[in-house]
Amino acid sequence: MTPPKQPSLAVLRRLWPYVLPMRGRLLGSAAAALGSMLAGLMIPLLIQRIVDGPIADGDRSALVLLSMGVLALGILEAGLIYLRRQLVARPTTDVEKRMRADLYHHLQHLPLAFHDHWRSGQLLSRAVSDLTTIRRFIAFSGVFLVVNVLTVLIGLVILLVIAPILGVLAVIMTVPLVVLCRRYERRYELAARRAQDQVGELATIVEESTLGIRVLKSFGHGPRATRNFLAQARELRRIELTKVRLLAALWTLIIVLPELTLAAMLAVGGYAVAAGSLTLGTVVGAIAILSYLRWPLDSLGWLLAETGNATAAATRYWEVRDVVAVVTDPPRPRAPARPVRGALRLEGVHYRYPDAVTEVLRGVDLEVRPGETVALVGATGSGKTTLTALVSRLADVTAGRVLIDGVDVRDLALADLRTIVATAFEEPVLFSASVRENVALGAPEVTDDDVRQALRIAHAEEFVDALPWGLDTRIGEQGLTLSGGQRQRLALARAVLGRPPVLVLDDPLSALDVHTETEVEAALRRVLRSVTALVVAHRPSTVQLADRVALLDGGRIAAVGTHSGLLAEVPEYRRLLSTMDDAMAAR
Amino acid sequence: MTETWQGVAAEDVDEIDTATGLRLAARSRRLLGSLLRPHLRAASAALGLLVVDQIAVLAGPLLIAAAIDRGIPAALDGQPGPLAWCVAGYAVAGAADALIVGAFLRLSGRIGQDVLVDLRRRVFAQTQRLSLSFHERYTSGRVISRLTSDLDSLQNLLDHGLEGLFISLLSIVGIGAMLLVLDAPLGLVALAGFIPLGLLTRWYRRRSQDTYRSTRTWVARVIVQFVETMNGIRAVQAFRRESRNSSIMDGLNGRFADADTEALSLIARFISTVRLVGNVSVAVVLLLGGLRVLDGTLALGVLTAFVLYLRRFYDPLDELAMFANSYSSAAAALEKISGVLDERPAVGDPVQPVALPVPVRGEVVFDGVRFSYSGPESVLPQLDLAVPAGQIVALVGPTGAGKSTVAKLLARFYDPVSGAVRLDGVDLRSVADADLRRAVVMVTQESFLFSGSVADNIALGSPSASRSDVVAAARAVGADEFITALPDGYDTDVRKRGGRLSAGQRQLVSFARALLADPAVLVLDEATSSLDIPSERAVQAALATVLAGRTALIIAHRLSTVLVADRVLVLSEGKVIEDGPPSQLITGTGPFANLHTAWRTALA
Repeated sequence: MTPPKQPSLAVLRRLWPYVLPMRGRLLGSAAAALGSMLAGLMIPLLIQRIVDGPIADGDRSALVLLSMGVLALGILEAGLIYLRRQLVARPTTDVEKRMRADLYHHLQHLPLAFHDHWRSGQLLSRAVSDLTTIRRFIAFSGVFLVVNVLTVLIGLVILLVIAPILGVLAVIMTVPLVVLCRRYERRYELAARRAQDQVGELATIVEESTLGIRVLKSFGHGPRATRNFLAQARELRRIELTKVRLLAALWTLIIVLPELTLAAMLAVGGYAVAAGSLTLGTVVGAIAILSYLRWPLDSLGWLLAETGNATAAATRYWEVRDVVAVVTDPPRPRAPARPVRGALRLEGVHYRYPDAVTEVLRGVDLEVRPGETVALVGATGSGKTTLTALVSRLADVTAGRVLIDGVDVRDLALADLRTIVATAFEEPVLFSASVRENVALGAPEVTDDDVRQALRIAHAEEFVDALPWGLDTRIGEQGLTLSGGQRQRLALARAVLGRPPVLVLDDPLSALDVHTETEVEAALRRVLRSVTALVVAHRPSTVQLADRVALLDGGRIAAVGTHSGLLAEVPEYRRLLSTMDDAMAAR
Repeated sequence: MTETWQGVAAEDVDEIDTATGLRLAARSRRLLGSLLRPHLRAASAALGLLVVDQIAVLAGPLLIAAAIDRGIPAALDGQPGPLAWCVAGYAVAGAADALIVGAFLRLSGRIGQDVLVDLRRRVFAQTQRLSLSFHERYTSGRVISRLTSDLDSLQNLLDHGLEGLFISLLSIVGIGAMLLVLDAPLGLVALAGFIPLGLLTRWYRRRSQDTYRSTRTWVARVIVQFVETMNGIRAVQAFRRESRNSSIMDGLNGRFADADTEALSLIARFISTVRLVGNVSVAVVLLLGGLRVLDGTLALGVLTAFVLYLRRFYDPLDELAMFANSYSSAAAALEKISGVLDERPAVGDPVQPVALPVPVRGEVVFDGVRFSYSGPESVLPQLDLAVPAGQIVALVGPTGAGKSTVAKLLARFYDPVSGAVRLDGVDLRSVADADLRRAVVMVTQESFLFSGSVADNIALGSPSASRSDVVAAARAVGADEFITALPDGYDTDVRKRGGRLSAGQRQLVSFARALLADPAVLVLDEATSSLDIPSERAVQAALATVLAGRTALIIAHRLSTVLVADRVLVLSEGKVIEDGPPSQLITGTGPFANLHTAWRTALA
């Protein structure tokens, strides 16, 4: 987590590109807001005229006429209110939509290191709650902030013109008002920022305890998880109450200062009238103007609060948007060799996790020749999975390079690279979508035949056909639950679809039972014959799929050779791969 | 509403028809009532503050009028006293207004926050209480959106809505009475505006309910898509699903924006029409009243007062309209939330729990157990099984044979459709959840880690455990070595879902977690699939000592694990087709012997 920065209004200015397309409508909405306020103000003035004029004079037709005038103003006011809201309804939801789409797009392109680092709920709360806050600000608070401040300024100018002494009083009042408001506003923004971060924390707890419900249940951890959540919810309440207290103080200030000013004006004005330096009419007028300014002034309280919320939300939004996607397309991508031969070569590859002190990989040199299968063996945590992530650039090497057909993978367009290299992960991720979608993953121009062929290779066609809706069956979290072995076979099908020249398989057989394992193994053997493959292996059965074996130890390739050769010569390899199964089976 | 890529699922009954709409509305009102009830006193105090505030606010103009009518003339006569009094009075009224508003905000803020904490607690506790069958049906994304964005919209209601409701109700009742007292016929004309207003509000409530229901539904889908993408980001990037995802998100996000726009546009129509009704009423009263003044049947002063009051009468209607809006949005959220709260756990805590013997021996009996997930097909047609205390049982069999189901029934993630699972002779359905979880622990293949340190994750099994207990458990499963090698040792943050650790390391941590919990019965569902051979060897060595004196049910794909067992059960289509000690079964000609041969061939 990055520490919360002092939010500043600059982050709101950065919203401008999003607001730009709707500037016309926004201006229109502001004009309508101003217009409806004016129309609303005119109505009592007109009523005054009616009472003083036609009714006092007994002029029936003028009464009807002026009443029609009141009606017209009333309709105008209502119409302008409608216009003000309707004009910005679509554009502001569009802003929210585009900001969310851009955030989502950006997040999808950020490297794994970023995703490991950020709490998931913090991202979610930015994508939902924060954007709603920003939308509300653009549609309402922002508009009214401008309109109301303008109204107050105009009022003050009029006051200064008609009664300079009283005007000066009002201006003097604005100095402490502005200073104190700014101070409260700043403290409010900080509290708002803390509150939104806390909302993200809550979302994280919610997400984790929902996704990890099986673990929580099997340990009877539910009540404790609830207590923990409750403590965090109370913390949010505490921060929100801080906000409330600040808002209450702000609001008190915003009410009391104009009221005291009005009292002062009444006193000064009264004595000025008594002294003959001001007329009674001027004093009444001045007081009337300040009373009209009451709503715009009062509303500043929550407008400032909303601005604080929006500033904090925008700061949080840009924090994530500003993270640079370090794994990107090169400025001038090189075209991959055609046809791809699939020679994979790691040269002096180093990798260090962004915040770690020591390197996981300390100079890995490894060559996988076209069409060859190399098994990667190493102790738990030796960096095998890290290494597989480097080939398709889910992370970038910190030193050294990874070459495919002699081209540094960082010089290839990501789309090209990830078409050439397919990766199957140890823990297969299924999306809540049809089997077809899960295998094709939305790649265009993939036919059902292609999908079926991939399923056949992964030995998954049979069980897929047995599902209630075949290829159309929804799987994943919102669909049918599959067994570990079934999931792994689908992940394999996903990887072999489209016959990628280079396959990276992270322990593809770990969750299979012995029946399926032999079958998938046979299928794999067929696949591996024609492609270059790097296969992470924990067991002899997987190792035997490979032409050669590389032992990863201490961040380097410690030995390369055949299974039997390494077993005979390298003690560490023997330790890793001579199984108890062997011992037991030999019993 | 279902796109083709989503595929087909058995139950896409996400949404409700209008017939149940009323019931839902009643249910969410009940929920809101039960949330507010404990705060009635504080709420009445808040209302009282507002009444006092109204008095202070109303006093202001009177004091100004007094200052102008009496104070200034008196000052002109050389008597500054009355003016000074009026000014002082005004300043006091203004200060009182300001202080009362501040106090009201603090009070109503506290009520709102208390309600939110209460609701958050209820929903969270409920989701933890509900059984797996609920979670599998309801899915995580929707639970998350209930607890995040749905609660946001309730917060919005409590933040802004209540004040508006109070103020507007106060002035409407007060001024309405005043109008009738001033002049009954004209008062009735003025109040006639309430008939269109009532109809309008009904129209709005009905329309906005549907609209807000749809915003809630779509935002939930946006959240589901978001959460799924971020959790599967590896696969997304490796398989270039980004653009496909973006187009899916654009679709959902667009529907959400449409629903939102619809809601905003509805409220634009509603609020402006409310204002229109108010303004028309003013004009009509003015005309009719004016004519009556001309006819001499109404005093001019009464008309003036009438018109001034009328304007103030319709002003707060805006606030009321805003309240109606916040309420509609919150009501849609409350409907969904109350739906979750109304769920009864399929696997519930017993009303009168039966205590397990102390210490728990760990004798497990499946007595005529039949089980099916949904639909008529039984996963287990009829299972009878007795496991004496302390026995280690391995379950083997092909995918779909029902191995995991047996494990889940023993851990009481589900209840059998008929028959009973008994622990030390007590039906699991009669055991209090806390007792059961102390006695039976299950470790699954997916080793879910929570953000926090490695030690926190291990201690999940026994929160009161000391650091040395945690280290001892880690050492017992051979995890101590890699943990101490981490940058901060046991205090290393495992990152999101344990992203910092390898799959094998995560399994070791969850294994240590189970060990630390020290249950009488341990259920291992493919808990060692990702371990490398040395780790597995360590775990197996640990198993031999750790399982001593415990009952264990192990589902494993590896022969080595099976051979640790005292007894092997071969399952096929929910039935036990072979049962006996492994050494004996190997020598036979049954399925297990064949399996054993397959293993050996695989190893050769």
